[in-house]
Amino acid sequence: MDKVVEKVVAGDVRSVARLIRDIDDGIPEVRESLKGLYPYTGNAYVIGITGAPGVGKSTLVDQMLSHIRKKDKTVGVLAVDPTSPFSGGAILGDRVRMQRHSMDSGVFIRSLATRGHFGGLTQSTRSAIDVLDAMGKDYIIVETVGVGQDEVDVVKTAHTTVIVVIPGMGDDIQAIKAGILETGDIFLINKADREGTDKTMSDLRLMIEMDQRKYEGGKWKPPILKTESIIDRGVVEFLEEVEKHKKYLTETTEGLELRKSKGKVREELGEMVKNRLIQEVLSKLTETGEFDGAVQAIVEGKTDPYSACDALVLPRLGLHTG
Amino acid sequence: MKQKRKVRVMVAKPGLDGHDRGARIIARAYRDAGFEVVYTGLHQTPEEIVEAAIQEDVDMIGLSSLAGAHKYLFPRTVELLREKGADDIVVCGGGIVPDEDIEMLKEIGIKKIFTPGTTLEEIVKWVEENVKPR
Repeated sequence: MDKVVEKVVAGDVRSVARLIRDIDDGIPEVRESLKGLYPYTGNAYVIGITGAPGVGKSTLVDQMLSHIRKKDKTVGVLAVDPTSPFSGGAILGDRVRMQRHSMDSGVFIRSLATRGHFGGLTQSTRSAIDVLDAMGKDYIIVETVGVGQDEVDVVKTAHTTVIVVIPGMGDDIQAIKAGILETGDIFLINKADREGTDKTMSDLRLMIEMDQRKYEGGKWKPPILKTESIIDRGVVEFLEEVEKHKKYLTETTEGLELRKSKGKVREELGEMVKNRLIQEVLSKLTETGEFDGAVQAIVEGKTDPYSACDALVLPRLGLHTG
Repeated sequence: MKQKRKVRVMVAKPGLDGHDRGARIIARAYRDAGFEVVYTGLHQTPEEIVEAAIQEDVDMIGLSSLAGAHKYLFPRTVELLREKGADDIVVCGGGIVPDEDIEMLKEIGIKKIFTPGTTLEEIVKWVEENVKPR
């Protein structure tokens, strides 16, 4: 067995930390390790937490950690923060709220930056989930800022997706309605001591009720809960809902179908193939200078981007240009 | 795709010192230099800092101290890294550190101490030259 695989499966923190770094840095050798780790995955329960900046996701995760640890279950956390599009740097501050758990060997917390490299956040976060899964964590919590499509995808890979909102963010709900709100399995109105909680509650309820037909035949209907994470109010009740959803996924036929469906595997594999193709083709084109050459040609008006794209891509795929 | 490894650093506030304006400004400067910066928040023990640094796989820990406890907190951090076999992580420090302490801190393994008046450019330049992604 691969040395790295052996160490990760044994729960060696340094090896896990390093492997996640290698995945993030796009080191090609990680593919072998991930192949070796795959047979050890599939045991962890993945909870995705998303919502606008400042709604209290990290504080919620911190409280979740305490409660889950009380039941003697181990937890891995992946906390994603945005990369600066200008410098490529990032400040990863989610840890601040969870630092009290850093000495607990049953908890592994890792901050990730979105980076925006080809291959995508989705792929590296998904692989990082596999690593923590193989490491033997019972639960994996993925926390993201629900802004980009990539992040919606990450959250969609979770077993239970939790959307956190705060009162008075009516416009915000509007903004994310079409995208991420549809992926929610549980809705939380955090900071529920604030004015406007009931209004937000009825907005959300209305939105869910409009999808009535989706929930016919015993399908999961997303509950809406009020929480005040900072004082731990409502968190236990929220985790009970998570367990209910878990039960739904593992014990009902509708749920089981959803969890291990061909459709889901198809989507994930498709995503992986797509990323890999982009990576391989783009890196070749960059290495040979063809890419920069084409950029120059377009700038000088010698060709148009559509023809340039054809000329770059088609030969790589064994196809002929127009 | 050949990708350059990204520098990951941790900015940490050990001890009871509650002033983190400086640490935040440093974190921001590191971000603008293209590093990924993990910030731990206030009131950390060396144990917590070292554990977090290992989980985050950082290349450097920057310790900030403005309250005079650096003579215990800084060496303890280095000692713990060594115990954990993680002493390939560079440790530097900054804040109110008297000149006469700097020699001692360097001897026990703190690579660099930045004292008041150091510009952000100087600090970033030092990190770029002395901290390489491992």
